[in-house]
Amino acid sequence: MAYAEDAERETLHHPKSFWTKYVWSQDHKVIAIQYSLTAIFAGLVALVLSALMRMQIGFPGALEFIDQNAYYQFMTMHGMIMVIYLLTALFLGGFGNYLIPLMCGARDMVFPFLNMLSYWFYLLSVIILMSSFFVPGGPTGAGWTLYPPQSISAGTPGTEWGIVLMMISLAVFIVAATMGGLNYVTTVLQARTHGMSLFRLPLTVWGIFIATVLALLAFPALFVSAIMLLFDKLLGTSFFMPAMVSMGQTLDYNGGSPILFQHLFWFFGHPEVYIVALPAFGLVSDLISTHARKPIFGYKMMVWAIVAIGVLSFVVWAHHMYVSGMNPYFGFFFATTTLVIAVPTALKVYNWVLTLFRGDIHLTVPMLFALAFILTFLNGGLTGLFLGNVAVDLPLSDTYFVVAHFHMVMGVAPILVVFGSIYHWYPKITGRMLNDTIGRLHFWITFIGTYTIYFPMHYLGFLGMPRRYYAYEDYDFIPQSAHDLNSFITVVALIVGVSQLLFLFNLFYSYFKGKPAGGNPWKATSLEWLTPQTPPAHGNWGEKLPVVHRWAYDYSVPGVAEDYVPQTVPESEAPIHDKGI
Amino acid sequence: MNVSAPQHHPNFDEGWDDPAIAARRKKTALQVMLAVITALFFLFTIAFLIRAQYPDYESLAAPWQPLANPWLLWVNSGILLLASLSFHWAVVSARSENINATRDGLYLAGFFTVMFLISQLWLWQQLIALGYYVNSNPANSFFYLFTGLHGLHLLAGLFLWLKTLREARGGLPLSLLQSSVALCATYWHFLFVVWLLLFSLIVGDQATFRAIAAFCGF
Repeated sequence: MAYAEDAERETLHHPKSFWTKYVWSQDHKVIAIQYSLTAIFAGLVALVLSALMRMQIGFPGALEFIDQNAYYQFMTMHGMIMVIYLLTALFLGGFGNYLIPLMCGARDMVFPFLNMLSYWFYLLSVIILMSSFFVPGGPTGAGWTLYPPQSISAGTPGTEWGIVLMMISLAVFIVAATMGGLNYVTTVLQARTHGMSLFRLPLTVWGIFIATVLALLAFPALFVSAIMLLFDKLLGTSFFMPAMVSMGQTLDYNGGSPILFQHLFWFFGHPEVYIVALPAFGLVSDLISTHARKPIFGYKMMVWAIVAIGVLSFVVWAHHMYVSGMNPYFGFFFATTTLVIAVPTALKVYNWVLTLFRGDIHLTVPMLFALAFILTFLNGGLTGLFLGNVAVDLPLSDTYFVVAHFHMVMGVAPILVVFGSIYHWYPKITGRMLNDTIGRLHFWITFIGTYTIYFPMHYLGFLGMPRRYYAYEDYDFIPQSAHDLNSFITVVALIVGVSQLLFLFNLFYSYFKGKPAGGNPWKATSLEWLTPQTPPAHGNWGEKLPVVHRWAYDYSVPGVAEDYVPQTVPESEAPIHDKGI
Repeated sequence: MNVSAPQHHPNFDEGWDDPAIAARRKKTALQVMLAVITALFFLFTIAFLIRAQYPDYESLAAPWQPLANPWLLWVNSGILLLASLSFHWAVVSARSENINATRDGLYLAGFFTVMFLISQLWLWQQLIALGYYVNSNPANSFFYLFTGLHGLHLLAGLFLWLKTLREARGGLPLSLLQSSVALCATYWHFLFVVWLLLFSLIVGDQATFRAIAAFCGF
């Protein structure tokens, strides 16, 4: 039938040339790799920017080209790239694209063309953002929160072009994320294979699925604020801009509300934390269960905790705004919701620990990163409880305590999961193992190094050392010891930064020289390890789709010789650990 | 529940390329997309309600303002309603397997939509001619923002409409055409409801917005 042939072409677009196979590819696995490589490139740019900032803080004036403007531009671009263009893109576009169809037992995403378009829009957004380094005035230096009026007022670096390019880039990114998100959600809901009920999905899929829902509903808030701020900047409207005098001149703006921008920004900004965290929660659950050879503790509880965190993440945003001048009564509400969201989050931490309890723990590189994640996330999460309370937040606001908190909880912790997951799934993606020795070296430097960087920052915060300052000399309340500590942190940060080359080298080296992995090197149970080919071929499953008989966590099932039972093994061959699922 | 027997998911079939399944997936995607657009306009509405309470807000429908008698907005609403009704007719015709009437419904829907967009642009031109620029007052800013964004959503919809029209002309199996037309119709009905909301915001007065905001607690 003619239409069936059309549908065939539409849904599974078999590539024929190099270009359609590797560049204009509609295969979710290729798109995932494109997303990941672009995100890692952006992340490396942001890493270099952070090293430059640390040089200024640790050794003021050592690099002459870092003036005030450059410092603020580096800071802004570092933050925005890391949060949006690295972490969000990597978790959803990278891991989401690779793992959702494979873990669901689908042949591809349900709308492959839209998926391809999503990547190219993402790449366009990165290009637009990076181009701001080369325009007059350079990139915006407004801080990643882009608060007006300062972000579009004279005196802030990048008000000529930088801020406009930032807004346009964000808008394009949101379009890309929406196209990707439609695919992820629809694939999870409509393209699971036989027997794959929602409660048999690995937690990775749950984490990415709920994070995608958050992204779809929260990114509009960023879109709204970006569009309205662009109007204020380019068309002279006064959505956010109040009446003001700038550089001795009365501006044409009148009556706008800067706090409105803050509300809109954080209505996106806080769910964004969980857009990054929930995929990390999911991925790390699978790493822990696989490498501890134990079923994940409280699977359903873990799923509902992800859902609860997702819902609650929309009602905590103003805990970022205690010092903004908003109605003080709001503080009470948002402090309460912030404490409430800690409950499902803590529950997940307990369950990870209980999964480890009496497990057959293999200290593989992915497991090392997973364990490091638990420690780092716990640390960052606990300081979040401090900052979530108004009375404690007020004195700590805008100090290095905040810098330490958010880097621990949503910088280092998720990136540890990224590393662990790459070490875990690289064998499936390439067919080769990453080098173990280099991996361990990379792990220990990164883990100890990041702790050494961020842990002392809590003390700097207690001392009252403010964040977002270009120079810290000549403040009576900042003692010499704090300056020494800053120099120390900078040295460690540079070491950690350079050590990431080990990881890049490993990725490159192992691709050619790594030990062949086989189909299932970790003896894992979920579907992606059961593909007929490794790396999986186009269409993933050969002639027949897999049939699922059990959940993804049948490890160490009593009475079974092997310590794992893949999801495709029927009950007649091996008992099912948890029949309720 | 006997978990050992393979459960055939109701939404899945071995035939990955089965057109009926593709239609179901498109429906899910549209529902998700409508949720995203709802979030977008909801947030614009909240931003509007907050900003409209500031003293400089001067509704375009105030007695001395150009939209004091918003007859053109009513006419435009009527045109958009006709587009929506045409889609409904197309859906009903497709269901009763009347291809010609389905096509006619689609043509009419497209015609009324383009009419609506032209008429909205004409309204923009009128206001600009009177000196009501985008930055003259927050009410004007929101007016241009709302109508512009709503128009862009309709424009995007016209791409879907064009695709459906091509399918209707190209002899797509009726079951698939029914689903494509139904998806378009849902999108247009949705945008009509969004338009009614935006219309009420454009012509509403400040006291009403203050009351709504007070009721919502902000």
